[in-house]
Amino acid sequence: MNRRLRIGLFLGGAALLAGMLVAAVGDLPGFGHYPGPYGILIEETGVAGTSATDLVTAVNFDYRAFDTMGEEFILFAAVLGVAIVLRRRRGERAEDERGDDHHFPGSSSALGALGLALVGPVFVLGAYVVTHGQITPGGGFQGGVVLAAAALIAFLAGEYVAFKVIAPHAMVEAGEAAGAAGFALVGLGGLIFAGTFFANFIALGTPGSFLSSGTIPISNLAVGIEVAGAFLLLWTEFSDQALVVRSK
Amino acid sequence: MTALQIGALIVVGAGAPLVVLVRDPVRQAFCVGVFGTALALLFFIFQAPDVALSQIVVSTVALPLMILLALAKIREHEEEEEERE
Amino acid sequence: MTVFPFLVAIWILCWGLYGIVSSRNLVHLVICLGVTQAATYVLLLGVGYRNGGAAPIYADIAESTMVVDPVVQALALVDVVVEATVSALLLAVAVQTHKRFGTIDPDELHSLRG
Repeated sequence: MNRRLRIGLFLGGAALLAGMLVAAVGDLPGFGHYPGPYGILIEETGVAGTSATDLVTAVNFDYRAFDTMGEEFILFAAVLGVAIVLRRRRGERAEDERGDDHHFPGSSSALGALGLALVGPVFVLGAYVVTHGQITPGGGFQGGVVLAAAALIAFLAGEYVAFKVIAPHAMVEAGEAAGAAGFALVGLGGLIFAGTFFANFIALGTPGSFLSSGTIPISNLAVGIEVAGAFLLLWTEFSDQALVVRSK
Repeated sequence: MTALQIGALIVVGAGAPLVVLVRDPVRQAFCVGVFGTALALLFFIFQAPDVALSQIVVSTVALPLMILLALAKIREHEEEEEERE
Repeated sequence: MTVFPFLVAIWILCWGLYGIVSSRNLVHLVICLGVTQAATYVLLLGVGYRNGGAAPIYADIAESTMVVDPVVQALALVDVVVEATVSALLLAVAVQTHKRFGTIDPDELHSLRG
């Protein structure tokens, strides 16, 4: 089937799809007139039921924690897939990592120093976003990527060796696995101590304080560590492929 | 629907064909970063700060970096193959 | 006007699908898949919006303020991060395809065997 025929067939199919979707969309309640019961129910009982002032985090880690566990395992499986697909094969070898020779064109020592100096503040920012997920916008998923970006700044400033020291492979892998297991253990804790998988079994504090909302801070921490480990693993795999792995 | 919402929707709607019709993947990595930022702005206007935070962090840091590293590997492999011949 | 966000979502979906079907480069294809995913986020957030609603964060507003739906935001939020890692998996497959077959043009790939 040549290209023109394929695109012509697609355009016909897409016109049909778009027509059906537009007809279906006409039956939805209009934009702004949300009718559904669930959102209104959570709006009324959310703060009292979980002591979390950020309702989105409360939905993610308390009301729908089982779904979040499933999504987290999708993330884990995707990173596992990347590690398997990009593994070192028989016809490949790793170049000896030549210390300071891995400087990218255009980088200077000033840029490298600035990058290394920013690692600490960005790490603190990421830790803030992860731990304050139940109070303000934030949480494990966003904060985890910011934490991974803290180590990435060293790589982007041209300091490849420093990047490998800040985020060694074994620690990143262990952190990712620990995060995934930690989240499942929180669910099991709910089962053991309160009779329902993922039930909130720690005492809820006052809404708005740092250690409120029972198991939500623990789940946030577990997800944050897992997402940070996952993204660091992805970037390390890809940068190893681009910079270190060569065929024999 | 406020004018701000309509404007943001139009910007995002114009950004999608822009990203698709740019054929060179290196340029497309930057286009997808800009498209992601426009999407994050739309999410803010729709009163969804959590989703906007997630979108900013993923589409400006994580995704373009992986695209560029994959392209670097592919180009480096092509140069290696040419050296052999 | 009350269906405008949903129409924009359908528009983005169709452009993303066109990019996937007519792509000549596997990396370009993965990015077009990301554009298709953006359509679902716009649709989800459009469904949950309420006129005059504030963001669903009660840290600094009175408890009786009307907020938009938090459930669809929770879905979209996790989706954004997870789809980035799935795109990474597809990029890894594209890299290995280039190593194995020497090309990343989908039109040429099905004619190479072994």
